[in-house]
Parts: sequence; structure tokens; C-alpha cells
Amino acid sequence: MPNGQEDPAVSGQDDAGARTLFDKLWDAHIVREESADTPAVLYIDLHLVHEVTSPQGFDTLRARGLPVRRPDRTLATLDHSTPTTPPDANGERHYFTPQAKSQVQQLERNCDEFGVRLEGWGSQQRGIVHVMGPEIGATQPGMTVVCGDSHTATHGAFGALAFGIGTTEVGYVLATQCLLQRKPKTLRITVDGRLGQGVGAKDLILHIIRTIGVNGGTGHVIEYAGEAIEALSMEQRMTVCNMSIEAGARAGMIAPDQKTLDYLRGRPLAPRGEAFEAAAERWLALRTDPGAEFDREVRLHADDIAPTLTWGIDPGMSVPVTGTVPAGGAPGTDRALGYMGLEGGQALLGHAVDIVFVGSCTNGRISDLREVASVLQGRQVAAHTRMLVVPGSEAVRRQAEAEGLHEVFLAAGAEWREPGCSMCLAMNGDLVPPGKTAVSTSNRNFEGRQGPGARTLLASPLTAAACAVAGKVVDPRDFLPAPAPKREAA
Amino acid sequence: MDAFTTLTGQVLVLPEENIDTDQIIPARFLTATSFEGMGDHAFADWRYDREGQAVPGCVLNEPRAAQSPILVAGRNFGCGSSREHAPRALLGFGFRVVISSEIADIFRGNSQNVGLLPVVLPEAVHTRLLAMDGEELTVDLEACEVRTPGGERHAFEIDGFARYCLLNGMDRLDFLLAQDQTITRYEERHERQDSAAAG
Repeated sequence: MPNGQEDPAVSGQDDAGARTLFDKLWDAHIVREESADTPAVLYIDLHLVHEVTSPQGFDTLRARGLPVRRPDRTLATLDHSTPTTPPDANGERHYFTPQAKSQVQQLERNCDEFGVRLEGWGSQQRGIVHVMGPEIGATQPGMTVVCGDSHTATHGAFGALAFGIGTTEVGYVLATQCLLQRKPKTLRITVDGRLGQGVGAKDLILHIIRTIGVNGGTGHVIEYAGEAIEALSMEQRMTVCNMSIEAGARAGMIAPDQKTLDYLRGRPLAPRGEAFEAAAERWLALRTDPGAEFDREVRLHADDIAPTLTWGIDPGMSVPVTGTVPAGGAPGTDRALGYMGLEGGQALLGHAVDIVFVGSCTNGRISDLREVASVLQGRQVAAHTRMLVVPGSEAVRRQAEAEGLHEVFLAAGAEWREPGCSMCLAMNGDLVPPGKTAVSTSNRNFEGRQGPGARTLLASPLTAAACAVAGKVVDPRDFLPAPAPKREAA
Repeated sequence: MDAFTTLTGQVLVLPEENIDTDQIIPARFLTATSFEGMGDHAFADWRYDREGQAVPGCVLNEPRAAQSPILVAGRNFGCGSSREHAPRALLGFGFRVVISSEIADIFRGNSQNVGLLPVVLPEAVHTRLLAMDGEELTVDLEACEVRTPGGERHAFEIDGFARYCLLNGMDRLDFLLAQDQTITRYEERHERQDSAAAG
């Protein structure tokens, strides 16, 4: 690339014509243009790191005697392998395996050696990487964000280009702050109308995945748009973008707007004062220009979306809560029905639930916990059902405890845990036992995802809470409105 | 990374669609801090029951599985998690090539980075290959084609740079490190713009 070439994102859009949000971010991060022979060299503004996918990346640096190029653009946390039970009286944490403990210690050593900021044990900001980043204002509109984690798309809710990478690429970004990338295609999903009562962001994204398929977004970056998307809160937008990968898309994004600015103002790592106002102006200009073209467009209506649960073994196998699972006959369907212990054509309503898991980078934020508490308030988790509530971060935990939500959970008979990924991928010892059915607010219902033989129904926090109370699959709309909190005075 | 040029070998077929990376390598094996021995755990929950006994009838437990360098799998192979442990486990198990009609984005990129060749073929060809369990195929990366013993030749497309890296066993990090000055210029330009905008 010639020296001093103007950055199209900054010099104005007239020459390039109408551009999408994605185009603007892509153009602004090109270090070296792609050609027939080589992919683009793409600059990464924020590299998030956790203990599971980073050790071999740091080893690459060590083997070559390289430093981390930009420790100031690198931020690490502990989330996947960490226990969610509190330390014992001696302050000792009980890891699931010695290997889990040594993996955590390895990241502590790596961050120390390479000068990377780690929100580790004892940090008031530690959390699931995709909950923490936005919370502390590290995630900002217009950024490129990567992490060795496929749910990195979460950060796209801020109008960032955010996607998951492998461990070899973690090493590349540590060493050079860059990645080699071919430009993906663009897909706009427009959702008209407003979601109904009791229908949430999780139902919306499960509906989208079912509609376009688990491979519907392959090769594409999704931009979510339309009235229903604009009406979502930032936390709800994160839920939607988070699961883009479950439709095959590495990244999903939403244009920054006033809600984005309101969320970011005052966050520890967000710009302050005049710098914030200047940044805000640039951020709002990122939205897709009128007339900009996408490679593909999909249009949906919010009226068609009901509370939705998965019944099978991929996130596209879902039905409205009042629906029936497919009849058997196809090999994929039969395998799923068999694994899940379901009869082809049966209703989902009334299906017994052994475990309810509330948490994860999809639905472990404060608004999710408030929804759950609104259902559990004054009610009990069914006797045969175990319920785990795992906050997404230390900040979520503090806020929930300040609002007394944990007391609602505990009074209802649920467990209130320490922050982490927990039962979403069950590598820290929080497992669904073989053959048991769990309703989970997490993101994947793959065979064995929540433990060998575990059967997962993905659902919204509201649905999960209602199912916990009933001990079976129920329609969360029957649990609205929540009982008035001042009932004790009566 | 080992170079890949041309390989002739036996095919192992896993016809299931949407085989996700949690199947290829369950999360409980991800606490390792090296990729050593990852192949032992490839498809662990398909190969072994909960007592650790080999599942009878699982094709991956047949002796020929470890001698089959070419995996032909159902559509949308490798979906789900970005764990590089998945292609590493397949390599460790003995596969060098994965063929499907569709391969998930992150898995495909990870495979190319670690020396597992992902090959995407049109659905009609893929359907024929799904019926070739135990037979021999030649995968030629120089010619970008898959050849059957019967003389069929099926061309496949692969990104030119990925092909170059695989053919030469080249680590992309060397290419990126060679961009150092360009990266520095980019950083200087952008940090100037950011401070100008903030000022």
C-alpha cells in the first residue's frame, strides 16, 4: 500500500459511494489491501484473551523471542476453567481438575511475563470475557475486536467488527496486532415491528437461526437492523449478536445509536468529556449509508416470533414454546430426537425439566437476572428441579446483590454462584448429568455440550425461570405480569 | 506446520451433517496448555462410552480409521466453537484432509493455519464421495483436484494464499512479521487521527 494513503473511513465516503457499517469498519482497519495473492492485513484494536485458547499463542512468542506488540490493546480475564463455588476457609479455590488450575496459573504467568493486563482473581472487574469487555468500556463502536472465542461477535452490538479466532491467530495478534483476512460478504437481517410481551432477544435470535439455518450466515458478516432491533437495549443487542456464530456468521453487528452512547458514557475505559463527544460524533456516523448494498438481505416480522426453545442438538432445531417437535424420518432428526429422549411430533409443553441454568455470555447480564427474579419472586423452584444462577461478571454479581436479586434466587431454592462460563460448556465441573434435561439460557445445545449425555433446551431467561418454577416446559407468558413485590404488606 | 502437496489414501466417511467442534473435541479436554496428544481425544464421546469402553460399531474405532488420512463428512462440518483444538485433534488422529460440501468459517481458517487441508466440493460430488467409505482418493493441492481410482477428477477452489502456505508449510506469522513497518505506519497515522479527533 502506498505511503500516506488516505483512510477512506476518515476522509469521507463520497469517493467510495454508499457504504455499510461493515464496509466502513473494514476500510478503516486495512493495513495492507488484499490482492489475488494475499489476504488483507487487518488491524485489531482490541484483543481479548482468556485462559483456554491463549497458552499456545504465548508459547509462540516465547519460542521466537517476541514481545506482545500492543499490551495496551490486550486485555485478559479468567472465565472458562474457573470454579463458580467460593474459595474455602483457607482461601483455596477448588478447581475441577489440577489441569484447570494449572491453565489458570499459566495465564497469570503469561500476563505477568508479557505485561498484559489481567482481570484475574481478586479483580472487581473479572467476568466472562464478553460480559466484561463492554462493561468496562473496553469495547467501543468502530473497533475491530478479536478473541480466541467464537462468541466474540457479542461486541458487534456496539457497532464493532468482532469475531472469534483460533489459537494460532491469537499468537499472530499478540505478535503483530494484525490478522490476515479475506473480506467476507454482508448479510442484513431486518426485523420489522416490535417483540410481544414475554418475547425477548433470545427468542428473536433463536427464531433468526431457525429461519436462515445453522449455516445460513457462513461466509457473511450479519448486520441486524429494523424497528425490533432498534427497540432492544444494549444488553439485549449483545444477546442477539452473541449467537451470530450459531447461524454460521463469524460476526454480527448493530449500528451505534443514542442507546450505545448512553451505555458507554462514564464506563472506566470509555473516553471522557470532550473526547467522548468527539468520539460519539464519529460513532454515530458509522451507521450504514442509505442505499448501501448488502450481498444478501433477509426480512422478518417480530409478530411471527414467540417464546422459543430448542428441542434438538443444534441451535437451529427450535420451535415456539407451544409447538411440537418434528416427526421423525430424516436421519438428522431421528438422531436428535433419540439423543434428547423425545418422541417425534410431541408437544414441548409439559416436558419434564431436571436442571435450569441461567448465565453465560449470552444471558448472564443484570437485565437477564432481573427478568429471572421477576418470575421467581414469591415462587419456588420445583422440588425435582435444580436451578443454578451464575452472574456473567463480578460487576453483575455486585449489582444483583445490591438489588437483593440473590435473595430472591436463594429464597426460591436456586443456587447463586460466582461469575464464569460455568455450565454453558461445562469445563469447570458445573455439569448436567447424563440423560438429564436442562433448560439453559446459554448458546449451544450440541450433544454433550453441558456434560456427556446432557440434554439441553436453549431458552430465554424468562422462559428458563418459568420452567424452573413449573419443573417442566411452560409458556413464560403465563407468568406475566410478575407478582407485585409488596405483596408482604397485604 | 507440515507442507501438503499431494496425498493418496483411504477415505473414512462420517455422513452426519453439522458435526460441531464440541463433537470433534469435547470442552473437558481443553484445559491442556499444549496441543500434544489432542488426537487421543478426537471424537471422544463418539468413540468411548461413559465408562471409557470403546463404543462397538463406531467407525472411528475400526483399525482402518487411524490409517485413513481423508475424512469425508456431512454438510457444514466444524460448526460451533472456534477451538483450534478441533483441527489439531483431527491431525493428531491421523487425518490430513477434510472434505465436505460446506465447512464452517472459523474451523476452515484454523485448519489451514495448522496444516489440515479443508476441501469444499459441490453437493453432487460430495454425495458421491459420501458413498466411498474405505475406498482410495487422491487429493492434489497443486492441481487443486480430487481424483478417484476410476479416473474422475473433481476440481476444488481454495484461497491462493492458503494454498501457497500449505504447499510450502509456511507459517503466516513470518508474512505478518515482515509487514512490521507498514503496521507501524498504520498505527502512527491512526493514533494521530484519534488524538486530533479527541482534541
